[in-house]
Amino acid sequence: MLIDELNKLEKIVNSELTSKIISSKIENEELKIEVESDELNNVIKFLKSDDRCKFRQLIDIAGVDKPSEVKRFSLIYLLLSHEFNLRVKILINFETEKKISSITKLFSSANWMEREVFDMYGIRFKDHPDLRRILTDYNFKGHPLRKDFPLTGFNEVRYSEKDKKVIYEPVKLEQSYRDFDFSSPWEGTQYIKEINKENKNDKKN
Amino acid sequence: MTKKTKTLNLNFGPQHPAAHGVLRLILELDGEVVEKADPHIGLLHRGTEKLIEHKTYTQALPYFDRLDYVAPMNQEHAFALATEKLLNLEVPIRAKYIRVIFCEIGRILSHILNITTQALDVGALTPSLWGFEERETLMTFYERASGSRLHANYFRTGGVHQDLPTKLIEDIHKFCLSFPKIIDDLEDLLTDNRIFKQRNVEIGIVSKQEALDHSFSGVMLRGSGVPWDLRKSQPYECYKDLDFKIPVGRNGDCYDRYLCRVEEMRESLKIIIQCIEKLPKGPIKSVDGKISPPKRDDLKQSMEALIHHFKLFTEGFRVPAGDVYTAVEAPKGEFGVYLISDGSNKPYRCKIRAPGFSHLQAMNYLIKGHMLADVPAVLGSLDIVFGEVDR
Repeated sequence: MLIDELNKLEKIVNSELTSKIISSKIENEELKIEVESDELNNVIKFLKSDDRCKFRQLIDIAGVDKPSEVKRFSLIYLLLSHEFNLRVKILINFETEKKISSITKLFSSANWMEREVFDMYGIRFKDHPDLRRILTDYNFKGHPLRKDFPLTGFNEVRYSEKDKKVIYEPVKLEQSYRDFDFSSPWEGTQYIKEINKENKNDKKN
Repeated sequence: MTKKTKTLNLNFGPQHPAAHGVLRLILELDGEVVEKADPHIGLLHRGTEKLIEHKTYTQALPYFDRLDYVAPMNQEHAFALATEKLLNLEVPIRAKYIRVIFCEIGRILSHILNITTQALDVGALTPSLWGFEERETLMTFYERASGSRLHANYFRTGGVHQDLPTKLIEDIHKFCLSFPKIIDDLEDLLTDNRIFKQRNVEIGIVSKQEALDHSFSGVMLRGSGVPWDLRKSQPYECYKDLDFKIPVGRNGDCYDRYLCRVEEMRESLKIIIQCIEKLPKGPIKSVDGKISPPKRDDLKQSMEALIHHFKLFTEGFRVPAGDVYTAVEAPKGEFGVYLISDGSNKPYRCKIRAPGFSHLQAMNYLIKGHMLADVPAVLGSLDIVFGEVDR
């Protein structure tokens, strides 16, 4: 069964890469391995080349932004092994300024995926052959998938009849974007939770 | 006297009928030979992933129709499966069969479009006229099930929105019996056509190893001779119980990929027929009132149903914290959704893995050394739709 295979794989990875791995767990029938961000290249190289793993295909690289944590950004590398019909997730957590080493040498398809992560989160990669923006507009400022980037953005584009060309203007909204807090008052809305937390802290002190 | 040669830079697109949407391809040409291709994408970027972070799970679903808009329901499927996996929710068996029927209709929709427009790119007009008539029929099936031809929004977490009318099932069955004739006609026009073969055979060859390295999936991978299809290898829904074959190419050129797509349409028809024959009776969405909205009739009678209805359409349902990756075999390849939930009613992060993204990335490798006229042929066989590449 899938779970047994994953358990076996977890054992192999843990025994071979002991020092490089922070933690590993199986959740929702998926194996997630957290590794040191400096060891990423070595771990992926091992997973790709070892005869018991053969993760020969990079499926995707997903960035995550958690502004409240010290290690603000995470990257999740999704790998697939055709031979063993298994998937694995490699997780790294790191601070904002940290440069991550590129895996374009191992997987040529990582090129655009890393460009996308750079574009969306502003994460920089070491030794990337061509780290440009990819999905956003030419001359775009900011990194849209960061949690502190507003959903409405900063600039809007329209054709100006006066100038006879497309112009950029600051976003003007008839009504500002509304974000509702849906949690029910019984479970506690955000501000009540905050008050409760403060009360608890006061008691402790 | 020495002769100086200079490469010519050519802008292909962003508005070009053979670019299949808004692709800006900067080509470096030496005479008629392409030396380098640099695709500039993102002209159709709508920030889908960002928008989904601000919507409830039910509201996020329609965004998936707008990714690969020629096979909308296949994408919805990936997202529905992801939320169901996080919720640990069982989907009723009838819903599974209905989903498979519409996913396979989506596959046929996409393959007809691809085959016929590829033919159009290399100079054959008639196939697209014949093919689009059939697409129209298929889209009326979408309309009769969901109410709209393209942006269906038919799948739900835990099942599908509504049950199918019986007449619709009969009509789909009738279509499955008549469509093989159309495929034969299309093949008569293309498969042995001298011009079509000259333009496609041994163009854009991908070796097995290269296909793996470039993260290819779907037909791009199978065309190169890798027998890999998620419906077989990691079966989801009821694909395990269905009997179908996976066509695999040999040479990995544009022509083999065309042949694979034609065969896949025939296999899809087989799957649909089997599903219709086996289609069990029962509920079409999860019976869990905390996930699926109640029937309209119940709203007038039951207080509980009214509460559920109100809660579901204001707050939506909450999904336990965790992260999952689910992938489906979309017509273009492996379409995946990597979903992170923080336990609230909105996804914390939803990464969409679009097959076209990695296929287009390989454009430079595929086209280097080919003639300028081969660019549309290769681009056509990659099966690119910019809705999903740019997201």
